[in-house]
Amino acid sequence: MANLLFAATESTHAAEAGEHAAAAGHDAGEIMHHLIEHVYDHPVLHIGWHPFGWEWLDLSITKLTLMMWIAAALIFILFRLLAAGQQKKGARGRYVNFLEPFVIYVRDQMVYPTMGPKLGRKYLPFFLTQFFFILFANLLGMIPMMSAATGNIAVCGSLAFTTLAAIIVMGMVEQGLFTFWKNLVPSGMPVWLIPLLFPIEVVSIFIKCFALTIRLFANMTAGHIVILTFIGLIFIFQSYFVAVPSISFALFIYMLEIFVAFLQAFIFTMLSIIFVHMAVHPEH
Amino acid sequence: MEGMVAHLAAGLGAAFAVIGAGYGIGTLAASALEGMARQPEASGDIRTAMIIAAALIEGIAFFALVICILLAFK
Repeated sequence: MANLLFAATESTHAAEAGEHAAAAGHDAGEIMHHLIEHVYDHPVLHIGWHPFGWEWLDLSITKLTLMMWIAAALIFILFRLLAAGQQKKGARGRYVNFLEPFVIYVRDQMVYPTMGPKLGRKYLPFFLTQFFFILFANLLGMIPMMSAATGNIAVCGSLAFTTLAAIIVMGMVEQGLFTFWKNLVPSGMPVWLIPLLFPIEVVSIFIKCFALTIRLFANMTAGHIVILTFIGLIFIFQSYFVAVPSISFALFIYMLEIFVAFLQAFIFTMLSIIFVHMAVHPEH
Repeated sequence: MEGMVAHLAAGLGAAFAVIGAGYGIGTLAASALEGMARQPEASGDIRTAMIIAAALIEGIAFFALVICILLAFK
């Protein structure tokens, strides 16, 4: 889905990325290659629909697609086990029990205080899915041989697009087809102010979702860039004595990044909840 | 020549963005800690609001970071 949405931008980035990878230094070639992967990931198994010679539909399987599938499979398996254990009342393993406090935290501290129990129960599965998908995708990026799926701007854009679709579609479903757009502008305003305020309100929906994208993408990418920079210092200085402080700094940033992984999943879901609540149940 | 100016601009832009974000989050943390000291029973709510506000401010700083990365790799 990420490749489907951003195929055009990825192909233009590929031309630049190819030049940069060739022009970078021979020692830093591996690092540059890994950084370019954040913007354009090259396909491993090419599945595309190119009728007249150029790409119309690019559904290739890349490394990031594989990471997203692993995250989705992990969520499916672990939460099926958790739900099955709930039914049997006590026959769960110790490790699957670990997920239950997270679910209760999302429900009781994030969704229900903002949206209320009745309305929140309706939207709870959507926010739980968002939270755990972002969390697992971020944490999979911490494992050495794998890359973070949320480190690519197309994946983050797709996640923010689900929030955008939820805001617009569920806003129109809950409030009525035109009442949603009417309620964007606060009531009791002078009539001449409405043509000025209405475009600002419409654009602000898109800007908020774009900010969600950039925040998640830049947090994940910046963490990886800092770690790669510290390791790259060893190559630049070409000596072994730089290795000891460099590796310890990189280790400290690694621990900070695990905290940032949890925090970014929390922030994305919390802001999603606030935006959907503002769209579905506007204050008077 | 353009490569040099682009790298310089990227460095300066990142520096100013970090100054702004650091000052903002520092002020935020100061008010949050003072609020928690005045009323310890509200410290859970204050902590949640502080984390949300800090992430929003940091999101703005990351806008500048993305532009600086685009400039540095020009």
